[in-house]
Amino acid sequence: MTKVLRLHAVSRRFEDRQVLDEVSFDVTAGRMTGFVGANGAGKTTSMRIIMGVLAPDSGEVTWDGSRLTREVRRRVGYMPEERGLYPKMTVRDQLVYLGRLHGLGRDAVRRNGEELIEWLSLGERANDPLEKLSLGNQQRAQIAAALIHDPDILVLDEPFSGLDPIAVDTVVEVLRDRTKRGVPVLFSSHQLDVVERLCDDLVVIAGGRIRAAGARGQLRAQHTLPRYTLTVDGDAGWLRDHPGVHLIDLDGAHAVFELDPAADDQQVLQAALSRGPVRAFGPVTPSLTEIFREVAQ
Amino acid sequence: MNTFEAVRIVAAREIRVKLRDKTFLFSTIFFLLFSVGATVLPALLADGASTVAVTGTAPAAVTAAGLDVRTVADEAAARAQVRDGEVDAALLGDGTVVALTDAPSDLVNALSTRPTVELLDPSAVDDTLLVLVPMFFGLIFFFVSLMFGLQIAQSVTEEKQTRVVEILVASVPVRVLLAGKVLAGTVLAFGQIALIAVVALAGMRIAGGDSGLLTLLGPAIAWFLPFFLIGFVMLAALWAAVGALVNRQEDLSGASMPVQMVVLLPFFAVTMFSGDPAVMKVLSYVPFSAPTAMPVRLFQGDAAGWEPVASLVLLAAATVAVLFVGARLYEGSLLRSNGRTSMAAAWRDREARRLADLETESA
Repeated sequence: MTKVLRLHAVSRRFEDRQVLDEVSFDVTAGRMTGFVGANGAGKTTSMRIIMGVLAPDSGEVTWDGSRLTREVRRRVGYMPEERGLYPKMTVRDQLVYLGRLHGLGRDAVRRNGEELIEWLSLGERANDPLEKLSLGNQQRAQIAAALIHDPDILVLDEPFSGLDPIAVDTVVEVLRDRTKRGVPVLFSSHQLDVVERLCDDLVVIAGGRIRAAGARGQLRAQHTLPRYTLTVDGDAGWLRDHPGVHLIDLDGAHAVFELDPAADDQQVLQAALSRGPVRAFGPVTPSLTEIFREVAQ
Repeated sequence: MNTFEAVRIVAAREIRVKLRDKTFLFSTIFFLLFSVGATVLPALLADGASTVAVTGTAPAAVTAAGLDVRTVADEAAARAQVRDGEVDAALLGDGTVVALTDAPSDLVNALSTRPTVELLDPSAVDDTLLVLVPMFFGLIFFFVSLMFGLQIAQSVTEEKQTRVVEILVASVPVRVLLAGKVLAGTVLAFGQIALIAVVALAGMRIAGGDSGLLTLLGPAIAWFLPFFLIGFVMLAALWAAVGALVNRQEDLSGASMPVQMVVLLPFFAVTMFSGDPAVMKVLSYVPFSAPTAMPVRLFQGDAAGWEPVASLVLLAAATVAVLFVGARLYEGSLLRSNGRTSMAAAWRDREARRLADLETESA
């Protein structure tokens, strides 16, 4: 059976502010789970609770059915929100240190370190102190630090912030490689386009509550309105009088409309074909941004 | 990976970083030169016997005093040699001593008659040393514990400031981090102190100075080492705790003020009251001043054989208590990321306890 990292009704309060309110969601092995929400929605707090940096007031986090212990957490690769490694230590030394602290032997650490340094194109900078590196390279080093011990689970808080598009692709490639090996990846991001491109599953949090969670396609389907788009060669104005159709937008040959639940989309298509060539016809799928706006209200 | 192994890895990193740190290397070299200088130089710089030009045969007293006597033709030649710096002084036929700026005391002493002096309660060491030695112990303990203590605090703050601590605590318990830092700081500080002690003792032996001084200072230095070791562990826990209270290096000096006082006040007390046996007796049992006060008393010959043992036991007990307090403050503040944490808030914070409880529940 596929292993799952699961949050069960996790709540957490800071003084008089309820930061997490019965938060539950799954991160499934071999899948990329995007975690989105506005600032202060509770993403970082959730991740800190997963990592054992904060304790939940109630609820629990389990991996493969049993509660997360430090033994398991040592096998998690974690990238905290505000980047942190030792500024004066060289990239190579920090990787070795963190790998050792995560319980890896000397040889394994060296091997993994060299592999990551090469993969993330840090070779020339590996013996420089971190503070001497550009921000983008520091970010790559941070990712290497999260991966150094060949983690069984990845929890990454904003792994793409501060990366240029090429670096984003490199990191995506590295993460994809991990999911192929069956590692569950939870990552938060503000860049919804990246999440859209990358995630298999999506969790939307707002005000400390989970507003939507599930497979990306399924969420899309759930939030898809009975809305269609049609492009013909001539004028699409006739749609106005077609039964069951409510025109939303008409621009000569192009139209966006909603259909009554009882109406049949195929009938509309046939009507269009009977009038001339049809260039495009189909349901409008909402973008992640639209879903996010809708559920995070 | 067991706890011990984790502590070792944490400590090893601290030591590696420090051994590459220029400040650390310079301070070590400085202290070594200082102790070589303090012990060897006076012997090297001490004037040998003065050279004396005499016109006739030198008086028996002068030769007996081991002075370097040179016979010259006449008074004019003798004066000329003094003026040219060939000799330190000239002794003329009429008993006049001629010198350039001041007469060499060994020559004057050889020619003077002195009364017989009998001291009923002779001091074992001279007065200058009675002031200098307490100062020396005080300064060494003060500087080394302040310097290494501050470095422990800075290292804690650095981890907090950069959030690397979040990665660390996800894999090792908070107390392992604390133990690793205290261990590394202690190894480095003690290593430096031991090196200074060895160099100072060796220097005194080489310089071949007063063997009486060595017999007195030897045991004092030997006792100073265990006192320093335990005393430093006690302070290190406090330094680590104040390091965890703040989020930025800039705030460290303010937050560490109480600990700085705990180092500074005993230093002043010991140097100021080193001549007062009653005060020193008290200071040699107060854990924060014991590491310097007890060796000073041993040096002064005022402490009975059992006293350093009793004081050391007391210090060890205090250290255990302070470690407990330091660990609780450290745990209570290390993961608080918003601003500076007050000691009271750190003491009350139960986050680490709750996390530990969750851990034991799941185990």
